[in-house]
Amino acid sequence: MAHAHESNTKRIWVVFGILSVITIVEVILGIIRPAALEASVLGMKLLNWIFIILTVIKAYYIAWAFMHLEGEKGSFRWSIVLPLLILIPYLAFILLVEGNYVHDVYKDGFVSWDF
Amino acid sequence: MEATVTTGSEEKVWGGGNEPLGASYGKMMMWFFIVSDALTFSGFLAAYGFSRYKFIETWPIADEVFTHFPFLHGVDAPMYYVALMTFILIFSSVTMVLAVDAGHQLKKTKVIWYMFLTIIGGAIFVGSQAWEWKNFIKGEYGAVELKSGRILQFLDATTGERVALADFAKSMPKERVTQNANEGVWYMSESSLPTFTVAEIKAGFEANPNIVARTERTDETGHKTVLSREETAERLQQATYVVEGANLVHNEYGNRLFADFFFFITGFHGFHVLSGVVINIIIFINVILGTYERRKSYEMVEKVGLYWHFVDLVWVFVFTFFYLV
Repeated sequence: MAHAHESNTKRIWVVFGILSVITIVEVILGIIRPAALEASVLGMKLLNWIFIILTVIKAYYIAWAFMHLEGEKGSFRWSIVLPLLILIPYLAFILLVEGNYVHDVYKDGFVSWDF
Repeated sequence: MEATVTTGSEEKVWGGGNEPLGASYGKMMMWFFIVSDALTFSGFLAAYGFSRYKFIETWPIADEVFTHFPFLHGVDAPMYYVALMTFILIFSSVTMVLAVDAGHQLKKTKVIWYMFLTIIGGAIFVGSQAWEWKNFIKGEYGAVELKSGRILQFLDATTGERVALADFAKSMPKERVTQNANEGVWYMSESSLPTFTVAEIKAGFEANPNIVARTERTDETGHKTVLSREETAERLQQATYVVEGANLVHNEYGNRLFADFFFFITGFHGFHVLSGVVINIIIFINVILGTYERRKSYEMVEKVGLYWHFVDLVWVFVFTFFYLV
């Protein structure tokens, strides 16, 4: 490997700092749940969007810095990341839309569920 | 890796010594395993999302379910413990990447220490998860299950605080005992009976005028709907079972699918952490024995490190979707 003998210790601690700060922000938001962030944006609460975006940022740092994807060849890196980037949002989109539809059927379709 | 057969033609383009992606065989296969495992976890989490959207109005609120912290009994501490667990796992990821870094510089003692810390962190995490499961299975307040399978939880009408079944249920002489296989018909047995019968709950409800129930339904403000005294009495007519804690069939916190997904997803993740600790220990012993020192390459540490970071990566998502969102 080209980077075999250099030390990345500083980078590791910086990334640890970033991950910690993001986690602390998430926990504080999760405990307070500010009323201003309860507004619905694109079918989901703004707060939930913030949580998901922060999670993806964390995932980026773990994969790029800790799993050292940033040091791999571009072809290798994207052959790993692209399938996940395409398939996971696709799956989530289909299942969530379908789940929402089933919910509407239960709600409006004369189905008694609470008795 | 060195395990490949040497044919003497490696330097030719099609001879087998080529690494077009710049990664060794073992490392690439670890990455491809991680990709497939990531898709497995996405499948689970997407299924969780499906069920949650399907029952969006009746899904339990995580902050009301996971409220325990070790040595703080009766203190309402949502999120803190799971946040601590997240930190422990992220930190063990840091020590792992430090071990990999030390391995690149062939510093054996450093690798040993960092791997040791990683294993300790992993063990603490698995232990914490077991504790979290214990609390979840044991339950806190108890609830009543209706004919529809829905849950009624009880609270104090004046303060709005939850009330445990033991605090208001009326003790009555019971004629039912748990049927064990060594009594009566030899092939019939049952799991242990709840502490209270439905009749005792109903009698306790009549005797305590400030007890009301709340349903699984969440109102616009994000709280569970609280019933009036009369509505509670009417609903209690349909009660069929007293639920204490959660398992795969009954769940005192609300929708039983919540418990199923909780057990399945955190269990599957916990199993990954456990196997990660075991693999870490194996590599740790190899490091101590000097296997990689002789090989002049600590790539095995790097590979097991990839797996360990992946476990951390999955937890980041489980944490978000089970506890935050």
